[in-house]
Amino acid sequence: MMVAALYLALLWAPTEAEQGNVQRIFYFHVPLAWVSFLAFFVVFVGSLIYLWRRSRWWDALAHASAEIGVVFTTLVLVTGSIWARPIWGVWWTWDPRLTTTTIMWLIYLAYLLVRSYATESSQGARFAAVLGIVGFIDVPLVALAIVWWRTLHPGPIIPQGGVDPSMLFVLFFSLATFTLFYVLLMMGRVRLRLAQDRLEELKYQRMQGD
Amino acid sequence: MENFVYLFAAYSLIWIVLFGYVLSIFWRQRGLERELERLRDKSGQG
Repeated sequence: MMVAALYLALLWAPTEAEQGNVQRIFYFHVPLAWVSFLAFFVVFVGSLIYLWRRSRWWDALAHASAEIGVVFTTLVLVTGSIWARPIWGVWWTWDPRLTTTTIMWLIYLAYLLVRSYATESSQGARFAAVLGIVGFIDVPLVALAIVWWRTLHPGPIIPQGGVDPSMLFVLFFSLATFTLFYVLLMMGRVRLRLAQDRLEELKYQRMQGD
Repeated sequence: MENFVYLFAAYSLIWIVLFGYVLSIFWRQRGLERELERLRDKSGQG
């Protein structure tokens, strides 16, 4: 599916009249951003349920999703910057969409740092869960920044209409591909986190036994 | 054609980072499995 998405984005989709070939970044940039939002929503839900039930599985789910979300947001920021250079003439500008996205990236980076620097894993999980819930406030701000504020970033294209149907098809195919990729990454990352927990448990049991 | 460099840079970066991340999950999982096995062996001996 990923190879098909690449083919559709780079070769099959028509070349955009104003921006030319560089506009093709859009077919991966938007799905990366969508997966980041989805990942941080999962962090929010996982954190809420973890604080309510204290279930390790929900904490693992939130942790895995935050890590994937940070990787995807990094790619959103970098590909956006590469796209901005030929179109806006600058690599970076403190535009509302770009600024709120950077804040979102920093919040979830802090989430991961809280976990890795906590002296006790349960304490780290609790603090991170609070950050995962409070930090989610920024996600709708990122999504709505292009509607609420004057911004260089293009507005929502689908409600405006006027987009070539073949371009929309490539976008939706790419969105489906990246969503599936996120699910697969989550399966691998949650399994890894649960294995890490099992290892910690075994080490603790050995220490008790000695 | 000049903008092709930016397109190439963006797509290359996406693939390199995503491939690297998948690989990092795989390596971490392998490292953990090895350590778990080592611990189980030690427990069996002790």
